[in-house]
Amino acid sequence: MSSFRKDSVFGTVVVALALCLVCSIIVASAAVLLKPTQLRNSELNVKENILRAANLISGQVAAEEIEQKFNLITPRIVDLETGEYVEPSVVGVNTAIQYDQFKAAKDPQLSKGLSSGEDLAGIKRRERYATVYTIEEDGKLDRVILPVRGYGLWSTLYGFIALQGDANTVIGLGFYQHAETPGLGGEVDNPNWKAQWPGKKIYDLEEGRAPEIHLVKGSVRQDDPNAQYQVDGLAGATLTSRGITNLLKYWMGTEGFQKYLERIRAGEANSNV
Amino acid sequence: MSKISAKKILFEPIFTNNPIALQIIGICSALAVTTSLQLSVVMAIAVCLVTAFSSFAIALIRTQIPTSIRIIVQMTIIASLVIVVDQVLKAYAYEVSKQLSVFVGLIITNCIVMGRAEAFAMQNGPIPSFLDGIGNGLGYGAVLVFVGTVRELLGAGKLFGVEILPLVNDGGWYVPNGLLLLPPSAFFIIGLMIWGLRTWKPSQVEAPDYKPAAHRVKEAF
Repeated sequence: MSSFRKDSVFGTVVVALALCLVCSIIVASAAVLLKPTQLRNSELNVKENILRAANLISGQVAAEEIEQKFNLITPRIVDLETGEYVEPSVVGVNTAIQYDQFKAAKDPQLSKGLSSGEDLAGIKRRERYATVYTIEEDGKLDRVILPVRGYGLWSTLYGFIALQGDANTVIGLGFYQHAETPGLGGEVDNPNWKAQWPGKKIYDLEEGRAPEIHLVKGSVRQDDPNAQYQVDGLAGATLTSRGITNLLKYWMGTEGFQKYLERIRAGEANSNV
Repeated sequence: MSKISAKKILFEPIFTNNPIALQIIGICSALAVTTSLQLSVVMAIAVCLVTAFSSFAIALIRTQIPTSIRIIVQMTIIASLVIVVDQVLKAYAYEVSKQLSVFVGLIITNCIVMGRAEAFAMQNGPIPSFLDGIGNGLGYGAVLVFVGTVRELLGAGKLFGVEILPLVNDGGWYVPNGLLLLPPSAFFIIGLMIWGLRTWKPSQVEAPDYKPAAHRVKEAF
């Protein structure tokens, strides 16, 4: 070792190479060894979000319970242009759960850009195929869970809305990712606010097709004939409230899941896929 | 250097030579992750481990590090350890790692880690360097936990996610101070804390950079 001069060019290169080798082995082994656990975690996280939106779980739940409850759910891929189910192979995956809708929204082949007039939810691009989660009971559709997203005040809110088998009555709405102001727009996570959603209707099936559901300023007046399409706005969060109204109008509208939901109501959803 | 006792190395950075309060480094992450006590504690542990192990590793090879590339060698070691910590958090504390998001990765740029490597580990043996890393991590952690406690308790009425002050929104009496959950509030809290600390230990007060000249009135004549 006495002949090793660390400050010579040779010494510098040797130390640099040795260090890089050791560090890369450490980093690579940590990444490879922990990968399966991490994948399980992120899958579990998505499943938990879906179940929470569908009001199938609440409070703290164990991983096993999530897995077990999720077995009731069938993920499916829907073509938003036609409202029909498509085979997972159409989007290049083996099973519907593997399809990443948000990645597809960035892929020009699988999505389309939205003009400012169309882009009610502020998402810029919309994927052609979306993943929906259905729960069937005795061969009949019992619940359907749809992913929704849209821009609030500071951030895009990502969430799920769960509807009953009539494809109109809300079971629950929940956002799992957003960065709205804590205490104001952040109150979208408040259980008291979320508790208003079950039982609300998306469409007035007698009057036209456009989604009626919206947030109102202040509180909903219970004697209002339209009360079933209205939810209390968030106090002090006008823009977040507007964002939620807009994202629901978008995703429940013709650009979103409306064709699919109409097929369900007409009993035409091709459930063989 | 071997005269400094282990106890001194370990505990001095907590109050007398606190990296945040006295050296005013590592502020950025202290603003970002202190919205809840849980995040603060996890972040403190992560920084503590990274500082300790990177100082240990750097001290171990300090005589072999070529002077011309010493900073990049330190960075490489720190970055590797941070990636390992990030991966472990993603695997075993997924919820927390999701909330900490980018700030775990940003430990690499935390001045405390690099500062201790350059200032202490390059001149001292592995064991004192390890203790120095733990000590500075604890100093950072103490501030984080303090700020996190104030922000979560007064901003959300909770500690570790458990309700302490029942909120008005949930039918209680406490009107939360939303400002405390936003980044600027951490500046106020850290500022007040430094004020308090320096009143308690006046030796930490820096000498003023300049003195205003005495006010004199010159009459025109």
